[in-house]
Amino acid sequence: MFRKLTLTAAVALGMAAGTAHAAGDSEVINYDFSFEGPFGSYDTNQLQRGLQVYTEICSACHGLKFVAFRNLSDEGGPMLPEDQMRAYAEFYEVFDPLLFDGEGDFRPATPADKFPESSLSNAPDLSLMAKARAGFHGPYGTGISQFVNGMGGPEYITSLLTGYADEPECAANMEIPMDGYYNTAFAAGGYPEECTYEDGSHKYPGSWISMAPPLYGDDVFYEDGAATDLESVSMDVAAFLMWTAEPKMMARKQAGLTGVIFLTVLSVLLYLTNKRIWAPHKKKD
Amino acid sequence: MSGIPHDHYEPKSNGEKWLHSRLPILGLAYDTLMIPTPKNLNWMWIWGIVLTFTLFLQIITGVVLVMHYTPHVDLAFASVEHIMRDVNGGHMIRYFHMNGASLFFVAVYAHMFRSLYYGSYKAPREVTWIIGMLIFLLMMGTAFMGYVLPWGQMSFHGTAVITGLFGAVPFVGESLQTWLLGASAVGQPALNRFFSLHYLLPFVILGLVIVHIWAFHTTGNNNPTGVEVRRTSKADAEKDTLPFWPYFVIKDLFALAVILAVFMAVVGFMPNYLGHPDNYIEANPLATPAHIVPEWYFLPFYAILRAFDNTVWVVIIAEWVSFGIIDAKFFGVLAMFGAIVVMALAPWLDTSSVRSGRYRPMFKWWFAILVVDFIVLMWVGAMPAEGIYPIIALIGSTYWFAYFLVILPLLGVIEKPTTPPATIEDDFNAHYGSKAASGDTVATPAE
Repeated sequence: MFRKLTLTAAVALGMAAGTAHAAGDSEVINYDFSFEGPFGSYDTNQLQRGLQVYTEICSACHGLKFVAFRNLSDEGGPMLPEDQMRAYAEFYEVFDPLLFDGEGDFRPATPADKFPESSLSNAPDLSLMAKARAGFHGPYGTGISQFVNGMGGPEYITSLLTGYADEPECAANMEIPMDGYYNTAFAAGGYPEECTYEDGSHKYPGSWISMAPPLYGDDVFYEDGAATDLESVSMDVAAFLMWTAEPKMMARKQAGLTGVIFLTVLSVLLYLTNKRIWAPHKKKD
Repeated sequence: MSGIPHDHYEPKSNGEKWLHSRLPILGLAYDTLMIPTPKNLNWMWIWGIVLTFTLFLQIITGVVLVMHYTPHVDLAFASVEHIMRDVNGGHMIRYFHMNGASLFFVAVYAHMFRSLYYGSYKAPREVTWIIGMLIFLLMMGTAFMGYVLPWGQMSFHGTAVITGLFGAVPFVGESLQTWLLGASAVGQPALNRFFSLHYLLPFVILGLVIVHIWAFHTTGNNNPTGVEVRRTSKADAEKDTLPFWPYFVIKDLFALAVILAVFMAVVGFMPNYLGHPDNYIEANPLATPAHIVPEWYFLPFYAILRAFDNTVWVVIIAEWVSFGIIDAKFFGVLAMFGAIVVMALAPWLDTSSVRSGRYRPMFKWWFAILVVDFIVLMWVGAMPAEGIYPIIALIGSTYWFAYFLVILPLLGVIEKPTTPPATIEDDFNAHYGSKAASGDTVATPAE
């Protein structure tokens, strides 16, 4: 189902030998998603499962303020039937400033409304999360990894959700314990000095994140009987968040493919035209 | 229009004669389209068409984007998302515009290095070169201001860094920065004026492009040999040239179609590859991204900006001699703009009597190093300024200045160039003609 990056293997091997991690290093596993590559497309069932995970777990703290409920029925998305989408929207309450003679009041959401914003101030909005994070970097700032594997947003989200681990020993015995939870995929958090080498490089990948582990495996029950282990559920919600970030991905790839084919044919025709008009002047035998 | 003898437009029908005696616009179009063009132009002479196309692509997609964009600090980011999600075809238009900027710079750098190799900047084409440099500066300004408009994290903090450069100017820096931003920090006034200028400058560029074309249509195109078209008679000129239409129009359109196929693949399959993920996070003045990196096309000059810190002896001397007026930060700003100024001065710094690099055995190598240097600077500009990278940046920056200020002037004196062909016709026939002179093994770079 997934293959680990050689990087991860190297890190795992290297850790025993005491390899140094540059500050900000993290472990991102290169999961395989159905929408990768020029011909990949969203798996509708997976997006619906991801929506379920988002609804039952993520939405407790996080928002999706750029996504409208009507989008859930859009082509190339989770494609909920319209009545289901309407029923789903009514499940949310939104504040309508026009109600109650302009004083505003809450009412059930309609398809035209957007998902609520995050309810916690330190919980980022998830609409664009899959595009706002890069799972893959380098090597050495060359961009080769992103070129081959993509930017790695959904891989990063999956790795983060599955990346909670026991604190390394160096952090466990600190007088003032670290805030948050140790996560091998999260690079932007706090990191204790006790776990660094003398040159400042990190002994362990990742850092400490404020978000408590949201998933443990078997957190949801899927109607379609799909696997609910930690990794599968994480991938489902990561796929869903890729869709919320890039809802027009299917249309875009279709346009890209049409454009490339059209321009290739045009290139061939222009090449032949060019050859023909120049032929009388290039008297090569 | 052109100094090369050729047939001029003759109105035939009564309608054409009527119009021609009042406004010779058809004559202008005819002379522009049928201009005699050296027939030995190689594939490095296609970038002009690509650039013209890209300018129109950017203006047209940009005009549509403006119809849906809101230049307000609270609404700009959401309005871009509105374009991406709700506007019909908006995601494609926006991705075309976003990646169009990259296409623009790929083409302009290829175009510039073409000129540097084949000596297109030399007399009598200095004015064309200078106008080109002005276009390049305006392009950089336009691209920078356009990057601010989505109001993402990189937009915001990149603006803070770049406008901070003007704050490094001695005495008036702070006032200058405040004047540019319309406030003491990046905010609503800056967003509004950058939006205004981002809409205005492309039309200034369009005007300069027309003058650029006018200038080189007056002198005639350079060509890979650097040998001028014979102007002794129309018959001689016709041996060296072919009309722009259809020969070069079709050739250029073919090249454009190939380049656009690649462009379409980038837009369709990896539209965010050349961007930065942080710009999908709404601007937040309180949270600074870990690494503020400009777009790839600014990186070589960004590397030069950062290369001169206060450990470099040139900087230390400059600071000492100027009684601290030129500090390391201001020195970096001067170096960055200086890197473009020395390039603009190339026509007067290059002392060689031979125009094309093809016939300059030593120049070829120094030029190749310059191209590598540019790529290395681009790479090092994206790396954090720590460890070995500042040293690489310093060496790269030094070479950039040395190439224009030392190597180009010296080479003209010490180098012994080989002999270019007597005419363009000879060069063309050497490659394509049946009467090719055997033993002529002139290399054809970039073909």
